[in-house]
Formats: sequence, C-alpha cells, structure tokens
Amino acid sequence: MYKLVQPPLLFESSRPGRATAVLPACDVPERPLDELIPREFLRQEPPPLPELGELDVVRHYTNLSTLNMSIDSNFYPLGSCTMKYNPKRNERMAALPGLWAQHPYQDERTLQGLLAILYDLQEILAEIAGLDAVSLQPAAGAQGELTALLVAARYFRERGESRGQVLIPDSAHGTNPASAHLSGFEAVTIKSDGRGLVDLADFKAKLSDQSAVFMMTNPNTVGLFDPQIREIADLLHAKGGLLYLDGANMNAILGIVRPGDMGVDLMHYNPHKTFSGPHGGGGPGAGPIAVREHLAPYLPAPVVARKAEGEYYLDHDRPHSIGRVRSFFGNTGVLFRAYCYIRSQGPAGLKRIAQHAVLNANYLKALVEDVYPVPYDGPCMHEFVASARAFAKERGVRATDIAKRLLDYNVHAPTIYFPLIIPEALMVEPTETESRETLESFAEILRAIAAENPELLHHAPHSTPISRPDEVRAAKQPVLSWK
Amino acid sequence: MDPKTLKYSPTHEWVALAGDVATVGISRFAVDQLTDLIVIDLPKVGARLTAGKSFGEIESVKAVSDLYAPVSGEVVEVNAAISGDVQLLAADPYEKGWLVKVNVGPNPDLSGLLDHDAYVKKTAEEHDH
Amino acid sequence: MAYIANTPDDERIMLERIGLESLDDLFRHIPVELRLKHPLDVPPALSELELSQVIGDLTARNQGADQRVCFLGGGSFDHFIPAVVDQLAGRGEFFTAYTPYQPEASQGTLQAVFEYQTLICQLTGMEVSNSSLYDGASATAEAMLMAQAITGRRGKIVVAETVHPEYRQVLETFLACLEPRLEVVPGPTGVVDAPALEAAIDGDTAAVVFQHPNFLGRLEDARALVAAAHAKGALAIVVVDPVSLGLLAPPSTYGADIVVGEGQSLGNPMSFGGPYLGILACRGEYVRKMPGRIVGETVDRDGKRCWVLALQTREQHIRREKATSNICTNQGLLALRAAIYLAVMGPRGLKLAAESSTRKAHYAAQRLAAVPGLELAFPGPFFKEFVIRANVNPQALLASVLGQGYHGGIALGRFDRRLADCILVAVTEKRTSDEIDGLARAYEHAIADLTAAAPPGQRGKPQILASAGSK
Repeated sequence: MYKLVQPPLLFESSRPGRATAVLPACDVPERPLDELIPREFLRQEPPPLPELGELDVVRHYTNLSTLNMSIDSNFYPLGSCTMKYNPKRNERMAALPGLWAQHPYQDERTLQGLLAILYDLQEILAEIAGLDAVSLQPAAGAQGELTALLVAARYFRERGESRGQVLIPDSAHGTNPASAHLSGFEAVTIKSDGRGLVDLADFKAKLSDQSAVFMMTNPNTVGLFDPQIREIADLLHAKGGLLYLDGANMNAILGIVRPGDMGVDLMHYNPHKTFSGPHGGGGPGAGPIAVREHLAPYLPAPVVARKAEGEYYLDHDRPHSIGRVRSFFGNTGVLFRAYCYIRSQGPAGLKRIAQHAVLNANYLKALVEDVYPVPYDGPCMHEFVASARAFAKERGVRATDIAKRLLDYNVHAPTIYFPLIIPEALMVEPTETESRETLESFAEILRAIAAENPELLHHAPHSTPISRPDEVRAAKQPVLSWK
Repeated sequence: MDPKTLKYSPTHEWVALAGDVATVGISRFAVDQLTDLIVIDLPKVGARLTAGKSFGEIESVKAVSDLYAPVSGEVVEVNAAISGDVQLLAADPYEKGWLVKVNVGPNPDLSGLLDHDAYVKKTAEEHDH
Repeated sequence: MAYIANTPDDERIMLERIGLESLDDLFRHIPVELRLKHPLDVPPALSELELSQVIGDLTARNQGADQRVCFLGGGSFDHFIPAVVDQLAGRGEFFTAYTPYQPEASQGTLQAVFEYQTLICQLTGMEVSNSSLYDGASATAEAMLMAQAITGRRGKIVVAETVHPEYRQVLETFLACLEPRLEVVPGPTGVVDAPALEAAIDGDTAAVVFQHPNFLGRLEDARALVAAAHAKGALAIVVVDPVSLGLLAPPSTYGADIVVGEGQSLGNPMSFGGPYLGILACRGEYVRKMPGRIVGETVDRDGKRCWVLALQTREQHIRREKATSNICTNQGLLALRAAIYLAVMGPRGLKLAAESSTRKAHYAAQRLAAVPGLELAFPGPFFKEFVIRANVNPQALLASVLGQGYHGGIALGRFDRRLADCILVAVTEKRTSDEIDGLARAYEHAIADLTAAAPPGQRGKPQILASAGSK
C-alpha cells in the first residue's frame, strides 16, 4: 500500500498553451464570426477554463478515484442507501448505442426496442408494488415523493375536497416533510411508540378529514416492519385519505409482501438502491411511482403505451395529468439498468434478494448487539439501528468516533445520527450481496473498536488520506470554488 | 442583564420586561447546546410575535433551530449587530447578544415563563436526559 | 440469484445463530394475511449470456444517432464525447461510491465536485455553483423557488414563451399547489416581446425567467431583459446552453442573478432523456438559499487542505419541511463527467465546439432555406439551432427525411399548434458539411415527392396554418 496523496486542483496544474486535440477544424466555408453572430453577444475571451494535456487529466482523475471508498473496493453498510453490488453486465448493456445514442424526440418508430423495455418495466414495477399504474418520469426518490403528493393533491381537488395536511412519522426521511411542503401541504408529525413503530394513538388523534396523505416508510427507518399498516390504511381510508409508501426500503420485501396488498395507494421506488443502479458519488437515481387505478389519470405525461397491433408509443394525451416534473422521458439510463437487474433475477431471484438482505442484517445484528445495543429490538428487516449512547455516556465515545474509526479498518461507516429518534444512531444495512465472512469480519472490527482507547477513537481516522476536516471552518468561512 | 432576574421559556428564550417593552434573548445554556453558531434570522421591526410561535431561526454548523416567542407583541427594535456577527451572541447572550425588543402592551401574560431557579433546574434535568 | 454470496451452508449456520429454522421465519412478524402467497408475475431469470442476447436484440431495434445522422436538439444534443470521459468516470471508485458523507473516505468525489463547481463558475462567470440538480427543467423550477425565498415575493413568476415548453410545464407543475402564478409572455418573432415582458413585471414578481439561446435557437436581448427584471426588484433567471458559453458572453456580464441549464451537452450521452445534469449557479450572496449539495474547502486536523459537504443546514435532512428544496440524491456521476469533459476540452476546445456548432448551423440554415418549400421561420441571430417553416406537413416530411437516413429535426406542432408547420433543426460540431448537404438533398427530395403526391388543390401551405405564420 502506498501513501495516498491528494493531487493538486485541476486549475493549479493548468499551463498556458497546453491542450488536448479533440475536435477537427471546422469543414464548412469560413465566414467571419461576427457576420454570423453580432459582436455584442460574443465573449471577449475564451472561458477561463484550465489548460491541460490528456495525460494530465487521466492521472488527475485516476489518482482522485483512489481516495474514495466504494462498493467495488470496500464493504459499505451505509444504512438506508442499499449499497449492494452493481453488476458489471448492466454496464455493458447500458454502453450499447441502442441506449446512449437515442434522442428523446426521436420518431417513435425508431425507438421500439427501448419503448418495449420501458413498457415492460412499468408493468413489472406495478406487479412488484401490487398497484395498477406506473410513471417512470421522476428523477429521484425525493422527486417521486413530490410527484405522488402532487397526484394526491390533484385527486382531491378534482373531487372538490380541500385537505391541507400530510401526516409523517417522526422517524421519516427529511425528504418527506420537504416534499409535503413543496406540494402545498402542512406536514404533521406522528410520534413513534416505544417499539419504534407508528404510535397508533397519536395517529388516530391527528387523523381528520383534513388528512390528505399518510407517508409511511415500511419497513421503517429503524429497520422494523410495522404490522399495523393494514389497520392504519383502513383508518385512513375510512376518513378518505390516501396511504403513501416511501419505497426506500423495498429491498427487504421484494416478493414477500406487496405495498398494494397492505393498503398502500401510491408509492415511489428507488431503483438505484433496490435494483442496483450505480450511486455515482451522489447520483443519478430515479424515482418511479406506482399508484392505484383511480389515481392513474393524474400521473405525469407521457407514459409508455402499446397499441393493439403491438406498436409502442408515448401517450401524451392525459388531460387530468399533473403535468411534468422534469424534461424528457425520465432517467432512462437508471431505469434501463434496473430492468436488466430484474431480468437477471426472475421471480425467485427477487424474493431471494429480500430473504438474504434480511438474513444478513439479522445475522450481523446477532453478532454485535451485546456490545452495540439496538434500542428498538425485535427481528429486523434489511437493516438495524444500534445506539452508541452508552459509549457516549460512559466513555465519551460518540457514534461519529466509531464511524471514523471504521474507516481505519478499511470499511465504510454506517449512516450515523439518523433516524433522529435514536440518540447516537448507527444505521447498518449490509445488503444481500455481502458474504458471511464479510459480515463476521465487520462484527469483529466493531467489537474491537468497542474495546479501544477513547483517545484513539477521538482522533480517528488515522490511515485515511486526510484526518478529520474542520467543518466549522467550512461553514463559517465558506470557500465554494477555486479562485 | 443579570440572568438571575430574567424570566425564561421552556424553549430557552429569556425575557426582561421594562414597562411595555420586553427584551428577548436566548440563554447561555441554549447557546452552548447549539455550538458553533453560523447565522441568525430575525424578524423585521413591525412584525407581530405570538407567544409560543416561531419568530426566527438560528443555524449552527449541523442544525437549524427555531426561535420561539416567549411573549406576544410587536417588534420595536432588532439587534442588527448580531445579524452581522452572530459570534456576539455566542460571546454574550445576556447583554450584547439580545435578539429583539417587543412592545407587549400593559399587563402582558408571563404565566408560561419560568424564573431563574426553575429554569436552571429544568435544564439540569434535560442535560441528564 | 446471481449476486448472493451466501452458500447453503452459510444460510444454515446463519439461521441457526439467530435461532430460526427457515428463511420464511425471517418474516414471521409480518401478518400472514399480508404476505404474498404466489411468486411475482415477472419474467423468468436470465443468465448473463441470455441477458446480453435479449437486451442486444431489443436495443438493436432502436435507430438513434448511431444509425441515422442526428439533427435533433431541443435541449438534448449529439455533441462529441471524448473517450477519457467514459474511461475515467467509469472507474468503480467513482461509479460505486455514494454521497460523500464521510469526507475522510471520499476526497476523490469531494475534490471532483469542488472542481466541477469551479468549472461552472468559470463558464458562467457566477460566484457559486451547487453540485448538480436533476436536469435543466427542474433546475429552472428550483431557481424559481429560490427567487421566491430570496425576494419574499409570492405574487408571480414571469416567464418568456421562448423558454423550452417542457421547462415551462415543469414550472407550472411546481406552482400548482403554491401561491405564485406563472405569467407567460409571448415571443411572436422568435424572441420574447421585451416591452410586454417589462409590462408583465410588477412589484410582487419574484423572478423573470428567459432562455438564451432560447428554445427556438435565437439569441435574446439578455441585457435588456435582466434590466427590466431589476428595475422592478425581481431576480433574473437565465437558462443557458453550457456549450454556447464557449462563444457567447457569460451571464455574469449581463447581470443574471441565477443561471441554470441542462448540462447533458458536457460529456453526457443523450440516453433517451436521462440521466442528465441540472446546472445551477448564482450570486455569492444567495448561497444560503441555494438548493442541493455544495462542497466547500477546509483543512483537516493536520492543517491539510481538504473538502467537505458544506452549508448542510440548507438541506432537507436538517431543515425538513422548511427546506427550500426536497432534493437529496443528485446527479453526481453526470457532474463528474461534465468536469472531465471541460478539463479535457479546455478553453480552446470548448470554444471550438461552440464555434464549429454555430458555423455549421449557419451553413445548414443557409442550405435548408435554399430548398424550395422551406424558409427560415424566425430570421435573426441564433446559436446552433434554427426553425424552418415547411409548405408540406412536417410529420410526413420528417418521416421521408428519416427514410433517407436523417433525423432531420423536431416538428414543433407537438409543443404548440401555432408552430404546426415548423421544424427545429440542431447542428453540433459532430456534423460534417457532407452530412449537411445530404440533409438538404433529403429535404428537397422529400418535398418534391410529397408535393407530387398531393392532389393539386392541397398543395402549398395547409389552410389551417395560413393565419398562424407567426406565433
């Protein structure tokens, strides 16, 4: 192992006159530029971009990449993010010109293969959800939430109802209340009970004819399946409200339970999580939504449809649609990989994903929970949330210290300080693609850290390219670009 | 101001009443809990505060907290100095770090507020929690 | 089942350790009546070889820019992508990492994003850029929400009709449940009617949104539009084509407050519309109202320069319902590709891409305007796109041109009936003079064929469009 060194910034490596020849000279008859475009529209000088040779660029990014942990190089149990293996075969498929060379406004007759794939994916996602109709348009989970809430808002408006509230558990992702606010609703918080599930009494107290939607994450962010979901759905439906499922944790229930069968009316998927899209250092994702029949007219346009004679087309003729939430069709590249992944699995394979995701989480929990207590105990689903509160109180070691120390052992840290209802939370999601040996070795590391000197942990990590950054300085004197 | 003579809300704002005008700030305990203050958002002169409702926000490096009005009334003065440099608040929450002055009218309702001893007792419990 | 590592032995040992007998027992706490009683009705599993065959067959049915010469634009462009972009962005360490929550283990991503932000600032002349949004349209919507938060104005948003129609639809969708209304100002000559725009802005207008070069390819009088916004205290939001900034004056020089745009052209494939890259840059003073992640510089405990996610208190995971935006996952990989693209192109490379695109587009406009039956719909300064008006049905015309090997343009009737006789043509640096000459010939043949086939009474301009020559 060599010492990793941060390369200088691109701009610091720039040398006037250095360049990479990429494009040919222009081959149409030359005319003075200001004959084409009046001078007042033009730049005085070329943009002040860095000047680099191709090898400079290659070394720069190759060296930068070695400073990252990634699924390809490390165990990455980042709770709630489902960091499973991203199959290479999907990348080979996505590199086919039949995907990347397709323009969104191409004649539909030249897109029949791609439209067939997207049509199939709509059908498959509806089947997995146990719901009736799907829109592939939203660009990420959060946009899926917003889209679904806009669908709900339109549904109530067309029924002549004005409902102003969206109910959200206190354990929910921050995107839920943010999406509720953007779609014009007031976010009303529902407490969790002593088991980490929805506090049914609080839910009943806050449920009213003002309740438009209850946004539930199930399995929830504590890693538990909430068996009250059917009862919640019935209570909500009796009041005329809709049940939304945040599909962040679909990996745990593929082929085991279907949201529609539990009373869910609308939901989003995170295909980059559940169906293995590469997370790309922060995206792209996609956020398709599935809804019940009576909500289908309000989905964004277009959707992929099929004529009787078998030809696929984009159906823009949707008079009740909420409109668009983004340009063009959707994050097709992400959806395409999800399709490849699902086709590689089949029905039994999808179920096995859920089984082994849950098996791995429960096994890992069993190996560490005597040292890292899990406040809301019981059989977990695909992830569990331990609390470092006892460490913090007794030894002054906080969740962040444990997370940082894990990096020294060459594994990525779990999600920390989320969900907010668990103090000093460590949220661990191993995923189904990790082996028993990996889990056991991770458990040994966690146990070893628990016995280490607090001083060592406060200063961790010790072997990463940098030590702990000064986040206060970054906030107080923000430097957001190189000058 | 002498912290011992002030009234406190359970959400850590303090109040000093002089005639019709109440000066409002946040307690040393709250400042210490927030750590590393970055920016504060205060209402404008003329804004109406309602006791128990948010009237502004304070941001630290990793958190945003609401400021809750301990009293109802109209804002008559805002401490512009701390909007420019929130460190003044961190350094001196009871003098230079006051937030707003509020015209509360005659006979304001202060029944929901705690005196110094009760507030100290409450924060001690909270800290232990 | 291709990616599960546990062997049957592992499975047994693990179940034993947690005190269960079967995999089904893992779900015993889920009420039995909720559980699915049958396998999912999805297609059977494929091996890698079978998958390659199935997907290979399906994708071979598409005939995109690899099979037909592509003159399509409208916000997605067939620009050249250098090989290094694919090679470097495809490295697993970038590709399979996630959001850099642990900066010590993510300096590669963080530095690359910081460089991306800087490159966008260099290109636009603005002071700050975020780390990316979903696409140009949602970035425009986010800018609109941001402008409301900055100005505190809730009355309306004024938008030029010459902004991409799908972008305008997204603005409408976002405003459907919020206070402000959207006022669209017409652009009958191919650019927005500036006096009408000025008249539309009032004291409760949060922002003016225009696109430059606009959806029809034309250059707007950006300086005048920005001045009109500022005169009434509204913010000016401009939608740009980042490649155009290799040639055109940066938005900072005409006073834009927030700059947004579609970053697909910077090294990202068309991929039937996504994933793309939403660019958003603005004045430094607005940074705390900016949506999405931002990377900032700091030092570590040893005083070494490094990078972290900065100003996170703006974001939904802290601010929840009070956040200006709900964005979480962004388009990190696409931003990385854009940064690599700009690094390898450099100032002269980007200028050449922009200049070649514009020269070739002007050549194409000249060639097509000379074809009998075609004319330029909105003459005036343009960048790499222009609109032609045809005297025959555009769908039939484009179908014939396609048959001759060209994606010849976008029939604009799909966006606006008043443009039912119009076609938007885009030309990038990838097109050659031969291809442009070929396109002109294809149009000529197609028009000749269609005119010959039509009964004499129906020749020439369709009746329905006679009064709709201009928007």
